[in-house]
Amino acid sequence: MTDERRDIDDHSGIETTGHSWDGIKELNNPLPRWWLYIWYATIAWAIVYMIFMPALPALPGLGTNTTGLRNHSDRDLVAVAVADLKAARVDQSATLLEASLEEIETDRNLQQFALAMGESLFGDNCATCHGAGGRGAVGYPSLADDVWLWDGTLDGIEFTLRHGIRHDGDDETRFSIMPAFGRDGLLNAAEVGALSQHVLMLAGREADVEEAKIGAGLFSIHCATCHGDMGQGDRTQGAPNLTDTEWLYGDSEGEIYATIYNARNSHMPAWQDRLDDASIKALAVYVHTLGGGE
Amino acid sequence: MGQTTLNIHPSAGSGGPKPPNGPPPEKDLYAKRTQIYPKLAHGKFRMVKWVVMAATLGVYYLLPWLRWERGEGIPDQAVLADFESEKFYFFFIEIWPQDIHFLAGLLILAALGLFLVTALLGRVWCGYTCPQTVWTDLYIWVERAFEGDRAARMRLEKAPWSFNKVWRKLGKHTVWLVIAFWTGGAFILYWHDAPTVAQGWFTGEAPLSAYWFAGILTMTTYFLAGWMREQVCTYMCPWPRIQAALTDEHALNVTYRYDRGEPRGPKRKSQSWDERGDCIDCDQCVQVCPVGIDIRDGSQLECIHCALCIDACDQMMTKIGRPTGLIAYDTDIAVMARAAKQVPPKYRIIRSRTALYAFLIAAISGLMVWGLATKATIEANVLKDRSPPYVQLSNGDIQNGYTLKLVNKASEARTMIIDVSGLEGLSYHVIGFDHDGDAPLELPVEAHGVDRYRILVSAPAMTGTAQIMMTVRDAETGENDVNRTSFRGPPQ
Repeated sequence: MTDERRDIDDHSGIETTGHSWDGIKELNNPLPRWWLYIWYATIAWAIVYMIFMPALPALPGLGTNTTGLRNHSDRDLVAVAVADLKAARVDQSATLLEASLEEIETDRNLQQFALAMGESLFGDNCATCHGAGGRGAVGYPSLADDVWLWDGTLDGIEFTLRHGIRHDGDDETRFSIMPAFGRDGLLNAAEVGALSQHVLMLAGREADVEEAKIGAGLFSIHCATCHGDMGQGDRTQGAPNLTDTEWLYGDSEGEIYATIYNARNSHMPAWQDRLDDASIKALAVYVHTLGGGE
Repeated sequence: MGQTTLNIHPSAGSGGPKPPNGPPPEKDLYAKRTQIYPKLAHGKFRMVKWVVMAATLGVYYLLPWLRWERGEGIPDQAVLADFESEKFYFFFIEIWPQDIHFLAGLLILAALGLFLVTALLGRVWCGYTCPQTVWTDLYIWVERAFEGDRAARMRLEKAPWSFNKVWRKLGKHTVWLVIAFWTGGAFILYWHDAPTVAQGWFTGEAPLSAYWFAGILTMTTYFLAGWMREQVCTYMCPWPRIQAALTDEHALNVTYRYDRGEPRGPKRKSQSWDERGDCIDCDQCVQVCPVGIDIRDGSQLECIHCALCIDACDQMMTKIGRPTGLIAYDTDIAVMARAAKQVPPKYRIIRSRTALYAFLIAAISGLMVWGLATKATIEANVLKDRSPPYVQLSNGDIQNGYTLKLVNKASEARTMIIDVSGLEGLSYHVIGFDHDGDAPLELPVEAHGVDRYRILVSAPAMTGTAQIMMTVRDAETGENDVNRTSFRGPPQ
């Protein structure tokens, strides 16, 4: 079977490559030539591709990547696709503009459209601070519960979205200022401490009764105008209810002390500068359905 | 195990090129393509192949035109993969994305069916029903119509270019392309309403993908069946490699019975049949072979088991007055036994592997039939909000948000009654409806579609995780779907 020059495998009758690894030899079953030509064709295709399509990265001295003869750009295609999508949604967006917020929420079709639109808008614009599903975070109110600083009705939510909170450059923005009682020297540290004890008591928490008594007097002078005599809050001024379990900046004694000492005046942008009317309406409905809409 | 027995054969080892004398031959790294000119065979297997070809092509080309009434607003095409509405229609079966396991089951059945058939009859799939085989066979039939049978085709190939050669070649390629286009065109009918897309295709109203796929399948059909042919089976298809593990010495394969054929050679008048084998080296089996092999070299990778060599050999045996069946469907174990002058064992249909495949096929088909028969027409899916997992309301109650997806597989709009239960003092609110408390609520669900509802469930202060149930019941038929889901409060 075998001669000196050709090594034929006894079992299969096929010539081997002549290489041997630990006594294992490889059969020489040659690749068909057309397969090789296909490989050449792919190389030719690669060259053609490089001429017509963006292929080489920004090499030193080149500035940018090669754009190819077709000037293809995925970025442009996305822009076109987004524009197409907006154009396709014009009709439904128009119905959102015509309908009232209540109609949008109760009409099955409008509701589905608004919720789908609102969900993606919320993810893009709001979730950064308010969290997915409006779960909230320290300093950023939860939108899924029934505690509202300003207004939890559909119209109120839409107003907040449009004008923002303490937003410079919007005359109608929701506005109020809590003084930094400690930092600005309105109260000394002991007084702030006493006030903290009173606030703890308002919330039905354990507190130093003696201190709280002193705090109660200070409260009626400095705080009651906005937060109310009983600390029940005032939505027209965005003054939170101090008697519930919801604490935006933390409910420990130290955190309450820090809030009174430094004040908290957080901001939210006026979204009418950035989003169109239909988007704002969709967002208002979405936020209203998160769990605590009034 | 199967592999070893398959290769014990007197001619194994002599199949390769004979070592020549003289200097070592120049080794070519790549194999040259040898053009194959299969001769037309006559006989029962050729007839079976014609019938199978007509049947399979007939099904492929005509099936999309078959109508099946399903109700208003639902496609009436018997077999349709409707991507737009995300549904697959197969006669009375309707597969929604939620039922995708039926498609998986179908694929598993197809694979097991292939295994079973291979264990029983070798590569019958390759030889009779594989699209590559069927279309190649059809293309060779066209080629034969234009250029004649094997000898004429070989002559024409060698002949210089002439009017005769040009029109025959041109005619062949034209018909090939027409068949290819018909094939590619029929493919897109399975993905759209056939009459609409067929008409739209020519008036420029069909979707772009329809043109792309018609074009791609036209070209693949033309090249794979016209030009590539056996190269696909030998070099591109993984099945010949896998089948070695699925067939064994008990499977019926197209086999040259060397026990009867050897020693072979042209028969001289003076010779008696007793002192020689029945094979007269007439080469007919090689000439009809569409993959260009010699079946007498034994079972081999290239062989698609089309059985045309059986027809060719039987015809020759009849002519010389010897019994037919020198090449036949036979098992390796039987041939080996006869070669060793033993009584060949009987062909056994029931073996451990065939029994196992048959059992699996029966079990899976049974499961699928049961699944299809009891398939619900309503389906409720409850998705609990992941963020926030729960909220505490100002009165201390705990609230969880859910999205309820109601699937209505019936062709008319329905009213479904939802009922949420499982927690003391529970109440719920469906966004967009004037409802509070825990009384059941009627929800409309569109015909043949999916509706989403957002539900807020609240319960008095609790901690940890509780189970609640959302029951969806058809207002008229009472058909229902119960979903268990969790209700979470602050960690304990």
